[in-house]
Amino acid sequence: MTQPALAEARAASVEELKSIASQVRRDIVRMVHGAQSGHPGGSLGCTDFLVALYFHEMRHDAGHFTMDGIGEDLFFLSNGHISPLFYSVLARSGYFPVQELGTFRRISSRLQGHPTTHDHLPGVRIASGSLGQGLSVGVGAALAKKLNGDPALVYTLHGDGELQEGQIWEAAMAAAAKKVDNLIATVDWNGRQIDGDVDEVMPLGDLPAKWKAFGWDVMEMQGNDMAAVLQGLEAAKHRTGKGKPVMVLMRTEMGKGVDYMEGSHKWHGVAPNDAQLAAALKQLPETLGDY
Amino acid sequence: MTSYPVLDKKDTRSGFGEGLLEVGKQDDRVVALCADLTGSLKMDAFAKEFPDRFFQVGIAEANMMGMAAGMTIGGKIPYTGTFANFSTGRVYDQVRQSIAYSGKNVKICASHAGLTLGEDGATHQILEDIGLMRMLPGMAVVVPADFNQTKQATIAIADHEGPVYLRFGRPKWPVFIPADMPFEIGKAQVLSEGTDVTLIACGHLVWKALEAAAELEKQGIHAEVINMHTIKPLDEQAVLASAKKTGCVVTCEEHNRYGGLGEAVAQVLTTHHGVPQEFVAVNDTFGESGTPEELLKKYGLDTPDVVAAALKVLKRK
Repeated sequence: MTQPALAEARAASVEELKSIASQVRRDIVRMVHGAQSGHPGGSLGCTDFLVALYFHEMRHDAGHFTMDGIGEDLFFLSNGHISPLFYSVLARSGYFPVQELGTFRRISSRLQGHPTTHDHLPGVRIASGSLGQGLSVGVGAALAKKLNGDPALVYTLHGDGELQEGQIWEAAMAAAAKKVDNLIATVDWNGRQIDGDVDEVMPLGDLPAKWKAFGWDVMEMQGNDMAAVLQGLEAAKHRTGKGKPVMVLMRTEMGKGVDYMEGSHKWHGVAPNDAQLAAALKQLPETLGDY
Repeated sequence: MTSYPVLDKKDTRSGFGEGLLEVGKQDDRVVALCADLTGSLKMDAFAKEFPDRFFQVGIAEANMMGMAAGMTIGGKIPYTGTFANFSTGRVYDQVRQSIAYSGKNVKICASHAGLTLGEDGATHQILEDIGLMRMLPGMAVVVPADFNQTKQATIAIADHEGPVYLRFGRPKWPVFIPADMPFEIGKAQVLSEGTDVTLIACGHLVWKALEAAAELEKQGIHAEVINMHTIKPLDEQAVLASAKKTGCVVTCEEHNRYGGLGEAVAQVLTTHHGVPQEFVAVNDTFGESGTPEELLKKYGLDTPDVVAAALKVLKRK
């Protein structure tokens, strides 16, 4: 089995990662504004996490994407509606040209409303959007790695509202039963979903206790503090290989980085108008050049 | 007409079990997942021979489909095993998004399909699964006729790149396809040549079509019998060649008249060469408890029903 030559972490420092995150947030707001459709809230809230993952934590080969990803760490986005974030991070990591971000949600684009493998966009390994399916896929991919003797890790991201789907708990049970300890699942614990606060729509109860009861190694992380994210992801990595799947419950703020989008569920799936775009971009310095 | 002696009576699910073991030996990329029906699906032999490549997932079919999709990432060829109802209707969105739309190389193996499941009744007797699966872009749908062919098909689908739905059943059924008869996905088998009427059948009803052809022969009617073991991609050339020769068609399937083999054939005929067609299929209803033979008789899928449909369509020529 040949292992691809993996690029070393390209941005090590917290400051560099913060700078990338600012550009990614600009991309998100501009993409959703350009399409006048999409989900900015969760995308902005998970930006620090996904930037840390792709630009620091994961070993992956953006220049030579293969579906099987042998020898590479894999990431599966289960809450596919935060595709603007995923696409921006993939493009900024080198999976495809940054210019392509301008085609988001447009006709004949590879950047579909929700991620798909159908159009062979490098970096995407599964379609997601219909919620609750990504943890099962992550469990399967992690088991395949074990069968292949591949020591790399599998990461997944889920919305907290998504945990209302029953399949998540089927997968949770299976991951613990099969000792899938090369899997780090992350929940965007922002407490909000499209109809309102999670506690009002359908409360999740004691989330850490639930995952522990399902046999997972559970940790909590502040998801909008880059230093805390780096520390948390390192800690999560150290918990792998010990017989249990690892769950990172990540506290975030939906809409983080754009003041008028924070503190509410209202920007879950709403596009900013021209004035709102301008107000958002003022708060997000252009660090890597807009697409 | 060509006659097919009954070689044995065996369940098609046992053909799957033997085929799975065989393909597991041939190809170490093959893995199997089962949702608490290992005995019913006859997957025990594979599980015993390849414990590291067998995954018992419990009564959680949605997760099984997602796990199977994930295991293709890394090059595995997953075979999922559960009843046809739980392989399709119960998990339709998982199959649609994580497998079909994602283009994953998963083999969805479904037992206890149709009325011949028998006594368990309508909750388990899915009659809509062929329709559900053939509507999914990129999904191949294979419905073998007997034990021997189910074994062949189980092995053959490993080499078919992309998702496959393999449908088989529970009852002991005549084994009549010679074990060495060539099997190719998408290539229909003309089991018996005839000039008056074409009988196109899949699954258990292929045997009923052969029985009906023998009855018709006694009346001086020469029926052509086609085993359409692959519903998708459908062998359109085989349909058209026979329809042009005989001028009328009867389709036979253990499925609702909507969505199944009959509609697939009708689409080809109406598009390219319109001839009269009759449907031997369940008439848009659910099944019920009973023995397989009782059910086939009650719901109009027995040999006399095929004969009657042939006589009816002949008058419409």
